[in-house]
Amino acid sequence: MSRSSTLNRRAFLTVALAAGTAVTFTADMALAAGTKAKPVMLNAFIRIDADNRVTIGSKNPEIGQGIRTMLPMLIAEELDVDWSQVTVEPTLANEALYGPQSAGGSRSTPVNWMPMRQVGAAARQMLLQAAAKAWSVEAASLTTASGQIHHKASGRSAPYSAFIDQAAAQPSPSLASVPLKAASDFKIIGQSIPGVDTPAVVKGKAVFGIDVSLPGMVYAAIELCPVFGGTLASMDEAATKALPGIIAIVPLNSGLIPSGPNDAVAIVADSWWTANKARQTLKAQWKTDGLTGFSTAGYEQAAAALHKGAAQKDLVKIGDATGAMASAAKTVSARYSYPFIAHATLEPQNCTALFSDGKIEIWAPSQTPASGGKMVGQALGLAPDAITVHITKAGGGFGRRLMNDYMVQVAQIAKALPGRPVKLIYNRADDMQHGFYRPAGWHQFEAGLDANGAIVALKDHFVTPSDKGWPVRAGDMNPAEFPAKFVANVMFSQSMVPTNMPTGYLRAPTSNAMAFVFQGFLDEVAEAGGMDLPELMRRTMGAARAVPLYDRGPVFDTGRARGVIDKVCAMAGWTGRTKSAEGKGRGFGFYFSHSGYFAEIVDITVTQGTRIKVEKVYVAGDIGSQIINPMHAEQQVQGAIIDGLAQAIAGQKIQQVDGAVTQKNFGDFPLLRIDAAPAQIEVAFVKTDVPPTGLGEPALPPVIPALANAIYAATGKRLRDLPLRLGA
Amino acid sequence: MAVQLTVNDAKRTVSADPEKPLLWVLREDLGLPGTKFGCGAGLCGACTVMIDGKTVRACMTPISAAAGKHVTTIEHVAATPVGKRVTEAWVELDVPQCGYCQAGQIMSATALLTAQPKPDVAAIDAAMRGNLCRCATYLRIRKAIQSAANAGSEGAKA
Repeated sequence: MSRSSTLNRRAFLTVALAAGTAVTFTADMALAAGTKAKPVMLNAFIRIDADNRVTIGSKNPEIGQGIRTMLPMLIAEELDVDWSQVTVEPTLANEALYGPQSAGGSRSTPVNWMPMRQVGAAARQMLLQAAAKAWSVEAASLTTASGQIHHKASGRSAPYSAFIDQAAAQPSPSLASVPLKAASDFKIIGQSIPGVDTPAVVKGKAVFGIDVSLPGMVYAAIELCPVFGGTLASMDEAATKALPGIIAIVPLNSGLIPSGPNDAVAIVADSWWTANKARQTLKAQWKTDGLTGFSTAGYEQAAAALHKGAAQKDLVKIGDATGAMASAAKTVSARYSYPFIAHATLEPQNCTALFSDGKIEIWAPSQTPASGGKMVGQALGLAPDAITVHITKAGGGFGRRLMNDYMVQVAQIAKALPGRPVKLIYNRADDMQHGFYRPAGWHQFEAGLDANGAIVALKDHFVTPSDKGWPVRAGDMNPAEFPAKFVANVMFSQSMVPTNMPTGYLRAPTSNAMAFVFQGFLDEVAEAGGMDLPELMRRTMGAARAVPLYDRGPVFDTGRARGVIDKVCAMAGWTGRTKSAEGKGRGFGFYFSHSGYFAEIVDITVTQGTRIKVEKVYVAGDIGSQIINPMHAEQQVQGAIIDGLAQAIAGQKIQQVDGAVTQKNFGDFPLLRIDAAPAQIEVAFVKTDVPPTGLGEPALPPVIPALANAIYAATGKRLRDLPLRLGA
Repeated sequence: MAVQLTVNDAKRTVSADPEKPLLWVLREDLGLPGTKFGCGAGLCGACTVMIDGKTVRACMTPISAAAGKHVTTIEHVAATPVGKRVTEAWVELDVPQCGYCQAGQIMSATALLTAQPKPDVAAIDAAMRGNLCRCATYLRIRKAIQSAANAGSEGAKA
């Protein structure tokens, strides 16, 4: 999910600051109400009005991760205002002005931790310079607090608002060298700040993408070729066109997301319900030659057959795994798998657009609005300055809204209806059957142990879905997957199964699957070696040190890993693998992803032989020196845990027959419901002196193997295939 | 067809296909987008509203079935004492993450506490299991309902 930017973030933030009053961050929204005098922009992110009310632009898409609250907290801290003075508004999508504006990869915290603080600190310096001039004193003799400037020697004080015009005319200090607060002086960072949108949400007033309303707006439903990659052969639209309320029928082919042929037909009406219902009358014939042979059963058979033979390709070869395996004191082998799954955001994919006079304006619940805008430009042949993207709230993202297929689709519909705003909405079946799925995968493991239970050899033959001879998006394997860097003889190899399924990044991509198979298998290895998994982890990692995982990749700090493993064991009172009693079981899992270290312990009870009740989950995480908003941090972790539990035991599996997905709704692709949620999820953070990293994803992966390992402890049954099922 | 109904204490007349679901009438015809579309099949609870005090899934309720009745949506739920306590508890505990399901959650919680002022966790889970939350705010939903219930019993004592 990493997206690299060739732009220098620091440079354009400086430009934005220098632009001063010339920029506005919400061209579409009314300026703060109730002010008589014109508010003044101090920089691209900060506006202060005559009443000393501070409006802060929040640049990143809000998908439930709390970023719309968190980024302004960083600015407000260094601007040195009280949070109660602050109003938050979303900015437009404009990466040249605001820097990166994406929600993905748990990157928002590490990417913005310094720049957002620098933006606040620079504005504070501009205010200090203006006050120093007005009062004819040295700026160094001034202090700030709660949006006020004080001059101790003369006893003078004034609010920031007294200096806003002069401050906006000041040159911006260099962001790189602007002084920042010491952590011990933080007043906002580290506080539990409620979500800025919560009051609107509980009144039904928060505007999600699907709620965007424009004068004269019409509604589009979409009939997508059920078989991925199919094209429109013919269409009889007469009956549909004759229905009351139908405005237009627009054939679409983005060719962009996913790439290649990907036809659809949009039906536009004066009501979405009318448009969606009219789909029954549309006689569309699809050309799906060569595409209907793809099926879940076919993939599973092919993977099983591939595992019986030699792998197609070596991925990692360290030492002599085959030789070491042959001379090992003991060997363990097991086969693990996981299915395709969907993101199933509760707000179905949707997008609104208005095309007029050769320009397009888009309202998008997207995780990557700027790159979506670029795709629209490519699809419609528009220059960047002809495209405006408004970032709306999104009813969940989980990686689905990184893709922007809906943006390209609605842009094509809007272009066919110039001057009329169009809102495209997927129904639930469209959303379920036209996703970018977490790819399935199959792993054949073998480990060799020495007489002390140490791993001396490890093999994994990984079978992954492929397209055009390469693993599909999010279907690749990290060559440094733990414990590859800690075992003398390793062989990771790969074979591929062709698919037409579009795939994508699902919360903690690759990690959500790899954690399950590796930590599940290592639990088996630990048992064979006469120890438990935390102990195997400690022994395998050895002394505390930083281990580079791969070229330009992350560094794995075994001391931090050990820190969370020890912490969670202490929290739960882990006493090693115990024999199950009365259906109770406890399992452990660890994973390092998105720069975060997480160790988790799951307590379950199995009743009636097959019913799995998750009682409690313990979580210890290390994401650096600072938990920026502790309340939202706990929410992210608890949500990630339940998300992982849902993948494990709710029964989630996207299946394909004749090239098309068969799941349609939450009946056949279930989410976890409240009565299956654990009573308690206890969360603790271990602080390490490194800058804070992200939390949207890294808490999720370990809970899945921890649960599988708990089921083994409770029942003696190793469940090696997701979704986990006891009994028939 | 013209349908007359009362929405959030205001009399409204809607000209729509009698089969058009209440959900889409609220969202498209009456300017009340707080009630959300999630599944269209009564499986997720995002569209939960009250008709004459009882919760229904607006995506499955044709507008003709609401004729002459009183509909309450998220935009007006805080007008009742129980709804007010529920929304206050939701704010106090900062229940929402993305927020998309929360209108439905609040409507179901308000109906639960109206019928059963002091539910235990099992009763909360039973009453709320029809409302999915993809962000999984379930632990706070339980707490917020208990908090609103306690606020209610304190109010009764005062």
